[in-house]
Amino acid sequence: MKECKTQVRVCAGTSCACRGSFEVQQAIEHDLAERGLANEFQIEATECSAHCGQGPVVEIASHGSIHAGVDVSDVSSFVDECVLKEPPAQDLFPQPGNGIDGLPKMADVGFFKHQRLVVLRNRGLIDPDNIDDYIALDGFEGLAKALLSMTQVEIIDEMKKSGIRGRGGAGFPTGVKWEFCQKVQGDTKYVICNADEGDPGAFMDRSVMEGNPHAVLEGMIIGGKAIGATNGVIYLRDEYPLALKRLTNAIGQLEEYGLLGDNILGSGHSFNIRVVRGGGAFVCGEETSLIASLEGKAGRPRPRPPFPANEGFWSKPTTINNVETWANVPVIINRGGDWYSSIGTESSKGTKVFSLVGKVENTGLVEVPMGTTLRRIIFDIGGGIPDGKKFKAVQSGGPSGGCIPESLIDLPVDYEELAKVGAIMGSGGLIVMDESACMVDVAKFFLSFLVEESCGKCTPCREGVLRMHEILTKIAEGKGTAEDIELLEELAMVVKDASLCALGGTAPNPVLSTLRYFREEYEAHLNEGRCPAGVCRSLITYSIDQEICHGCSACQQSCPVDAISGEKKEPHEIDAALCTKCGACQESCRFDAVLVV
Amino acid sequence: MSAITLDELKEKKKELRAMRKAMESETRARIVVHMGTCGVASGAQKILDRVSQLIDAEGANDIQVMTSGCAGLCSREPMLTVEMGIAPPVKYAELTESKAEKIFKKHVLGGKIVESSLLAVGSEMTR
Repeated sequence: MKECKTQVRVCAGTSCACRGSFEVQQAIEHDLAERGLANEFQIEATECSAHCGQGPVVEIASHGSIHAGVDVSDVSSFVDECVLKEPPAQDLFPQPGNGIDGLPKMADVGFFKHQRLVVLRNRGLIDPDNIDDYIALDGFEGLAKALLSMTQVEIIDEMKKSGIRGRGGAGFPTGVKWEFCQKVQGDTKYVICNADEGDPGAFMDRSVMEGNPHAVLEGMIIGGKAIGATNGVIYLRDEYPLALKRLTNAIGQLEEYGLLGDNILGSGHSFNIRVVRGGGAFVCGEETSLIASLEGKAGRPRPRPPFPANEGFWSKPTTINNVETWANVPVIINRGGDWYSSIGTESSKGTKVFSLVGKVENTGLVEVPMGTTLRRIIFDIGGGIPDGKKFKAVQSGGPSGGCIPESLIDLPVDYEELAKVGAIMGSGGLIVMDESACMVDVAKFFLSFLVEESCGKCTPCREGVLRMHEILTKIAEGKGTAEDIELLEELAMVVKDASLCALGGTAPNPVLSTLRYFREEYEAHLNEGRCPAGVCRSLITYSIDQEICHGCSACQQSCPVDAISGEKKEPHEIDAALCTKCGACQESCRFDAVLVV
Repeated sequence: MSAITLDELKEKKKELRAMRKAMESETRARIVVHMGTCGVASGAQKILDRVSQLIDAEGANDIQVMTSGCAGLCSREPMLTVEMGIAPPVKYAELTESKAEKIFKKHVLGGKIVESSLLAVGSEMTR
């Protein structure tokens, strides 16, 4: 093998991809291989050079040349005239100009530079209310392939080969899940899309349904064929009116085109999808609760087995996957399981969509290959922490997840790595916290959410989570005792082991992970009656620095309980007996004279 | 409409792609307003309305306006993208109605990118 290969770079920007750059890349590889030159060239996908209107764009690094409009049909002459010839024939494949010299390119913006879109591949490119836009960008190619040229077993094998694991949180291999259901005898089976995205701060699924609704439906139809189901249900969180509108519209369009209904594409496979609006309970994201809710019962879990693959919706064999998983299916079938499994880590394949929120400069929707480090996501993509503050922790996986401290910032994100540090992938919510967050308060917040959302069916979760929340409240009020940490840990283990479903099973995670990484903060509350971050109201007092205060009286005017006194242009004072510690004075002070101790 | 066949689907895709390509040369510009919930919550509907009004006022049939989903960078919504001819798409962020109007007048009508609201030019990366 030669040491220095000629690099041929084919643009993998979404715009060039729409114009067939992947096909061009394959054709160049194929052409060079046929000429016996495969080893002399390194062909790779590269980032957008902003010649989008003229793609597909191919760059030959060693020639320093860049060529526009390289169509699949031209590849052979392109290889002759440009790849193998030096200087390359710029007249045949011209060097594009774009007139944007000096302006930032998408590939220069950290937020976009490190993302790789698979699920979100059509973001900003299609009108989600227009099925034709979706068709123009390879929509239903996977469906046609699955329905017309693949058997059930072949579809399942492709899914297994891709290595994709459920994107809803637990990470069970999707292909295996389908196989269970396919093997169960039964003439009525169901496909369910879990769109009950309930984690606070998580909006991946919502954005997928709003931006690319047809892909979710396409995935479900393919799943239907794979397991032998003719009916699909989307259980949609009722707080998502826009997703409901776009999904309903998309279903209507698929029906009109005959892509839902009887004998789709003449394949003999029939499939229908309806949307059911959820009632707003967090526990309904758990599959057995979701099914109970769909059947008109209270949304409560039941023990498994039997798993839904054997006894699901109306006791029939049922496959449930989450929105993001379904949206991946058409691409996996279209481009192959091998391609998909080339992305990601050993145990976690493909990309993952995260909603990045909290104390981070850029909040939004982030899709990266599995194995991307937290540092890259939070600092390179997220742009770091605003207002010059220090990063403290990131909560991965919502209320069921764990807090990951700064010392683990170089952790590559995949299912196993996150589990090792006491967090979970969950559905993909990442909440970034800076130094102003109190970890006792954070744990208390997530538990208060879970106290509300515990369905109450099993005692460990109903009582255990409540008691844990009481203890945390006690600690936050400075009334904790030395035994509280031990008691918390003991309770946490019981709740984790003995709860009926994953809600209880993961509920202690926020407590356990904050105890694991921020124990000294708990101890400061307990032993010193001090909240180091200055958050827990019972443990802090507000005062005004007499040296700094200008006496502008902004704080006095902002105080809702008239606890601040002082003459104009003289330092002001806070009456601790009246102060409710709301923090309004601190927000109103332009001189940072309000102190919290 | 009767159920689509595979050949019809393929034919349709070909037509649609040709149409998209033709649109690039036939229309002066396409303005994409990003309207996921994040965009709508930060005022994208007003941006869309303003842009539509401006097109009507100009009587410009060759300027197209389209809505799309979330562009990803929720904290900098509302956003819109201007696509003109073979030039790379230009993304603008943190818009107000008056900024959108400026973009319409200077960039869409005048061909000059408005750098003060510019996020970046070009496309995102896929796999």
